[in-house]
Amino acid sequence: MKLSGKAWKFGADIDTDAIIPARYLNTSDPKELAQHCMEDADPEFAQKVSPGDVIVAGKNFGCGSSREHAPIAIKAAGVSCVIAASFARIFYRNAFNMGLPILESEEAAADVVTGEQLEIDLAAGTIVNKSRNLTYKAQPVPPFMQELVAGGGLIPYVMKRLDTSS
Amino acid sequence: MGMTITEKILAAHAGLDKVEPGELIEVSVDFSLANDITAPIAIERFRQSGAEKLYDVARIALVPDHFVPNKDIESATQCQLLREFAVEHKLPHFYEVGRMGIEHALLPEQGLVLPGDVVVGADSHTCTYGGLGAFATGVGSTDLAAVMITGRTWFRVPASIKFIFQGNLRPWVTGKDLILYTIGQIGVDGARYRAMEFTGSVIAQLSMDQRLTMANMAIEAGAKNGIIAPDECTRTFVEERAQRSYQFYQSDADAQYEQVITYNVSEIEPQVALPPSPANSQPVSSLDEIPIDQVVIGSCTNGRIEDLRLAAQLLKSRRVAPRVRCLIIPATQAIYRQAMDEGLFTIFLEAEAAISTPTCGPCLGGHMGILAAGERAVATTNRNFVGRMGHPESEVYLASPAVAAASAVLGRIAGPEEL
Repeated sequence: MKLSGKAWKFGADIDTDAIIPARYLNTSDPKELAQHCMEDADPEFAQKVSPGDVIVAGKNFGCGSSREHAPIAIKAAGVSCVIAASFARIFYRNAFNMGLPILESEEAAADVVTGEQLEIDLAAGTIVNKSRNLTYKAQPVPPFMQELVAGGGLIPYVMKRLDTSS
Repeated sequence: MGMTITEKILAAHAGLDKVEPGELIEVSVDFSLANDITAPIAIERFRQSGAEKLYDVARIALVPDHFVPNKDIESATQCQLLREFAVEHKLPHFYEVGRMGIEHALLPEQGLVLPGDVVVGADSHTCTYGGLGAFATGVGSTDLAAVMITGRTWFRVPASIKFIFQGNLRPWVTGKDLILYTIGQIGVDGARYRAMEFTGSVIAQLSMDQRLTMANMAIEAGAKNGIIAPDECTRTFVEERAQRSYQFYQSDADAQYEQVITYNVSEIEPQVALPPSPANSQPVSSLDEIPIDQVVIGSCTNGRIEDLRLAAQLLKSRRVAPRVRCLIIPATQAIYRQAMDEGLFTIFLEAEAAISTPTCGPCLGGHMGILAAGERAVATTNRNFVGRMGHPESEVYLASPAVAAASAVLGRIAGPEEL
């Protein structure tokens, strides 16, 4: 699975309150959540982001709350992938369960700047920085997790597997 | 080679004799929970999956606590969804306003989560129950939906970090100060994916309320779980409440730890974590004069009876500083009643503090005490991220109930000894 888009760079320890503030959690409607995506880290992010864009961040992305609204907001805002030096564990599970691909890459997290064009190959675990013709290594996404992403998350994936086995 | 308490609980629930860090296992879940923010998505996923029945209606609690009493129409709609689901599936553990409490205070109090359990909750502070000697961790709504259907989930067995707390506690130093200090030392990802095992003579002397406070904030260091080995204190707490059988596990003497960290608590002062990170903890005496607008004493971290008693001890015959709002939020109905019966409410009211019905409310910037731009709060809660209690330009300082109460009286961040 290949993805491409423009990079939006964030710092380390981006918490789930920065990704989607709790004041908006009186709904789980993806469209409404998308309007406030990353609001407390960059108030204009939801307006600036284009479909396919990529969030690139430092260590421990998604720390804090277990709210699945965080990956929902990011995905509904049109972000195709999140790349970070590392992820908080609940966010990591939630992202794949939601069908939002995420990649760990210290190299990309350290080097990429906002506005650069990225091309990502999840299966190979490579991130190409088209703007500077550089390639960064990342942990490849294993086939079953690629299938999970392609199918739209854990529940559709489980349902599909139940269908095939019956 | 032996196992840690975390490994033993996970092995027992996976039907294995032994597990090792890094191993992927499937475990049975003893109890699961969700709240008014996370349950709506879990219920949607449950319905989407085509499942019709829960694996065991007695092993799930739905606790509307974040935006209750309903703060607006949208929140009321979310709670309505939980209520209808609870009725449809005849859930015995659905807690309505008037009978509810903040989930992580309520479930231990009701004897629903017990030593030796595997508990999975759609709330990151589910790790609180580690104070009872359970393996408890937060998950997202989709993972919870799978647990609701199957009663099982998968984990990667975490490596454990052992924290040994030695020495003698200084006056006014509580479990909250110890955990803030610990997070300050190791950072917000210092225990990422790890089990934090709190041990030592100091922990053995801590009350259950304070143990729950410490385990509650393990997630603030990125941990999968925090845990304290059960002992007589645990037995006394659970034996009168337990609604099921339970089991005490202990780490083996030759258990393997990724790291062993020893703290001499005699050197630890009451702590304050400065915004915007729980890891920004400093001794309260090292801070310059920081004027405040609001104090919040409550939450799943510090809304238990002992916390309220501590606040009352300092607020007795004193008054909250002019221009400071002091909000006191007992975490459950039972705690509320007990505080009232003990006369704590009279102390709070005479000090001109406001007493609220149980709610998570201001802790996550929901309602019941939101901050305006430029306002500053001292809170006994667990997170001080940007915008956590309201406007992105407001600030939250995390502290114990003792520091919060002293700060309320003095109108600035202050230690109890300054009173």
